[in-house]
Amino acid sequence: MQVKIENLSYSYGSKKLKVKAVNDICLEIKEGEFFGVVGHTGSGKSTLIQHLNGLIKVQKDSGKVIVGEYDLTDKKCDFKGLRAKVGMVFQYPEYQLFAETVFEDVKFGLKNFYPNLTEKEMEERIKKAVETVGLDYEKIKEKSPFELSGGQKRRVAIAGVIVSRPEVLVLDEPVAGLDPTGKREFVSLLHALHNDFVKTIIIVSHDMNLIAENCDRVAVLNKGNLVKVGTPKEVFMDKVKVEEWGLELPSTAYLTEKLREKGIEIDSDLTIKGFIDGYIRAKGGEK
Amino acid sequence: MKDVTFGQYYPSHSFVHKMNPAIKILLTIAYIVGVFLVSGDNYYAGFLACVVFVLIATITARVPIFRVLKSIKAIIFFVLLSAILQIFFNKDGTPLWENGFITDKALIASGFIALRIILVVMGASLLTLTTSPVEIADGTEVLLAPLKLVKFPVHEFALIMSIALRFIPTLLEETDRIIKAQQARGAEFEGGIFKKAKAMIPVLIPLLIGSFRRADELADAMDSRCYSGSKNRTKYKKMGLTYRDAISFIITGGLVAGVVLLNGVVIL
Amino acid sequence: MAILSAENLRYSYDKKSVALDGITMSVEEGEYIAVIGHNGSGKSTLAKLFNGILKPESGKIIVDGLEATDKKSLFEIRKKVGVVFQNPDNQLVASIVEDDVAFGPENLGVKRKEIGERIDFALKAVGMEEFRKSSPTRLSGGQKQRIAIAGVLAIKPKILILDESTAMLDPIGRKEILSVIEKLNKEQGVTVIAITHYMEEVISADRVFVLDDGKIALTGTPREIFREKEYIKSIGLELPTASYIASKLVEKGLLEKGEYLTEEELLEGLCK
Repeated sequence: MQVKIENLSYSYGSKKLKVKAVNDICLEIKEGEFFGVVGHTGSGKSTLIQHLNGLIKVQKDSGKVIVGEYDLTDKKCDFKGLRAKVGMVFQYPEYQLFAETVFEDVKFGLKNFYPNLTEKEMEERIKKAVETVGLDYEKIKEKSPFELSGGQKRRVAIAGVIVSRPEVLVLDEPVAGLDPTGKREFVSLLHALHNDFVKTIIIVSHDMNLIAENCDRVAVLNKGNLVKVGTPKEVFMDKVKVEEWGLELPSTAYLTEKLREKGIEIDSDLTIKGFIDGYIRAKGGEK
Repeated sequence: MKDVTFGQYYPSHSFVHKMNPAIKILLTIAYIVGVFLVSGDNYYAGFLACVVFVLIATITARVPIFRVLKSIKAIIFFVLLSAILQIFFNKDGTPLWENGFITDKALIASGFIALRIILVVMGASLLTLTTSPVEIADGTEVLLAPLKLVKFPVHEFALIMSIALRFIPTLLEETDRIIKAQQARGAEFEGGIFKKAKAMIPVLIPLLIGSFRRADELADAMDSRCYSGSKNRTKYKKMGLTYRDAISFIITGGLVAGVVLLNGVVIL
Repeated sequence: MAILSAENLRYSYDKKSVALDGITMSVEEGEYIAVIGHNGSGKSTLAKLFNGILKPESGKIIVDGLEATDKKSLFEIRKKVGVVFQNPDNQLVASIVEDDVAFGPENLGVKRKEIGERIDFALKAVGMEEFRKSSPTRLSGGQKQRIAIAGVLAIKPKILILDESTAMLDPIGRKEILSVIEKLNKEQGVTVIAITHYMEEVISADRVFVLDDGKIALTGTPREIFREKEYIKSIGLELPTASYIASKLVEKGLLEKGEYLTEEELLEGLCK
C-alpha cells in the first residue's frame, strides 16, 4: 500500500484562535519503505501520522490522504478496514495493555477487525504474532501482561497491533525508555518485521542516530511545514538547516561535516558501517 | 475531551482573583443560598438583584462573559429537562388557551427554574475561574478547620483535593491517548449504552493501572521532598484578609439580606 | 570524608530475585557520579535506598554522618538527599510552578519569607524564573523536569540524585537538564549522582559505577570504564557512538590506539 498525502492541512482550536498543526503537506511514502518522520516537539509529527489511520479525520477543504485503496477524505471510507491495514504503535505502547492474559490482549485487535474468524484461525494468528515479536508463545500466552518485564510488555503490545497483519506499521518513538540492549534488539525486531510481516514501516523519533542508521528516507517537519524529504544523507547534509529545524545531527553526519572542513571528503549513507567504510575508502583502503 | 471548562482557572490579577479564597468560597455559598431563597411576590426583583450581582462580579473579575456562559453549555440538558417537567406537571394558574395543558404560572415557573440553575452555575464557575485549584484547596482547608476538633484530617483532605485537581489535565491527556491506541486496534466507541460501557473496559483498565503507577511515583516524590503530614508545616501562600474581602462581604451580605427582605419573610 | 557511603547493601523486592547484592561504594562531597547499568540491574533501587524510601535488608548507608537506615533520622536524610525521578508529570504536586517549588520548604517548616527566597534561588538555578506563576501542564517535558529539580533544590540538599531523569525527554530537553546539572555541580558544589543508561551522559562524570545483576561490576573514570569495551558490551551496555566508531577504525589500522570518548577526540585522532 502506498501512502499519498496531498496538500494536507490541519488546525486546532476555535474559529477565533486557529493554530495550524500541519500546513499544506504533500508527501508520498512508497510500499516497502522504511520511512522516518522527524521534527522537534510540537512540529506536527503526531498530527500528521494520526491522519494515516483516520484517528484524526481530514478537515474540510484541507487536502487529501490516500492509503492504498482507501480515500480518507471520502465520507464512506471504511475506517475500520483501514485501521486493520495501517497498524499504529503509540509511544510507550505497554500502557495500553488491559486484558487478563497475553492471549486475550493480543486477540483484542484481531477480534475487532475480523470477528468472523474461527477460534482456531484466531489462535494460529495470535501464535504467529507473539512468536514474530520474539516471545515464547506457550510460555507466555496464559500469563498476565502486567507481570512481564518492561521489554516483554512492549513486545506484547506490538504483537497486539501486528496480529491483524497490517501492511503499513507506524511507530511513535518505538525505543523510548529502552536500555541499549533493549534498543538494539527492538531495532532488529523492526527489521525482521519489515522483511516478512509488514511491507512499510514508518517511525517517528527524536533519535537522529536511530533514523540515520535505519531509514531509507526521512521527512522533516518544522512548525507544521514539511521542510525536507530525502535519504538521511540528503536530509542531514546541511548542518545549518538541521539546526534551524531544531534537530541534532546524527553522529556520523557530524563527523562527516567536521572532516570535510579539514579536507577529508567521506561519501557514505550515514550509517555507522557506511561511515567507517567511507572513511576507509577516503584513506585509500585498510592498513 | 479537552473542552472541560468547569474548573478551569482563568489567570488574571483582578479584584476578585486577589480575594481570600476562603472568603470567596463562603460568599459563593452565600450567593447560591441567596439565589435559592428568592421567592414570594417580589421574585422578579430578587432575581434581578442576583443577575446584576453575578454580572458585576464577572466584570470585576475581568473574566470574559463567554467563559462564564460556556459552563452553562455543559448543563443545558439538565436546565431544559427541569424547565419542561415544570411546564407539563405544574397545574397552578390558568391555562394559556382553552382546555390547554400549559398554564401561565407553569410557564413562568419553568423560566425561573432554568434561571435559578443558570445563576447557580454561573456563580460556581466564576469561583473556579477566578480561584486556582490550590487556592480552592487552601480555602477549603481554612473553612473546614473547625472539623479538626473532631479529629477530621482537614489538611490531608485539602491536599488530596489539590492533587486531584492538579492531575485532571494529565489524566485527560492519558485517556485521550489510550482511546486512540485502542481505536487503532479496531475498538469502537459508538453504539448503545451497553455497548459503549463494554467498549470502555480496554480504556478504563489501563487508565486505572496507570493512575496507580502515578500515585506510587508521586508518593515517592513527596516522601523525597520531606512530606510528613501537617505537623510543623508552614504555608507559603498566606491568605490574609484585605479591604477586598470586607467590601465583597458587605455587598454579598447586602444581596442576601435584600433577597430575604424582598421575599417579605423575616427569618429569625 | 565521604558524604555518602554504602556498605554491603542487599535488597530484594521478592524472594525469587535479588535487586542489590552487596553494594559497597563511597562518594566524596562535590563529586559528579554516574551510575549505569541495563534495565533491571538494580540502579533505581539504589536511589531509593539512598534517601530512605526503601530500607536495605542488610548493610549500612551513611549520609553526611547520619545513618540512613535509622528511622529517626529519615527526615534529616531527606533534607540532605534530594531525588529527581523519571516522569516529570508524576512528581509535581501543585498546579502553579511556585507552589510546587514551595512544597519542600513548606514541609520543612521554613518561614514564609525564606520560602520566597528559596523559590527565587531554585528557579534561577534551573533558569525558569519567568515561569514562576505558570501552570506546569503547559510546559515542555524538559521545562517540567527543570521545575522538578527546582522543587528538590529548594530543600537545599547536599546530594542530588537523578533517577533516569532524562529518560522521557527529547534531545533538547535532555540537553537542558544536563547543562543545569553540570552547572549545579560546578558552581554550587552540589554532589550529583546521575543514574542513567545513556552513555553520552556518563562522559562528563568524575567517576562511574557500572551495575550488573545487583553488583558493582566496574568503577572508575569514564575513560577507564570505556576502555573495557568487550565487558561493557557483555553486560548489555554499549560504547558512546564516537568510541564505537573509533574502536572499529583502530581495528582496521586507520587510527592510532587510544581513548576516544567524544566526537571531538575522535576527530582530533582522525586528523593527525
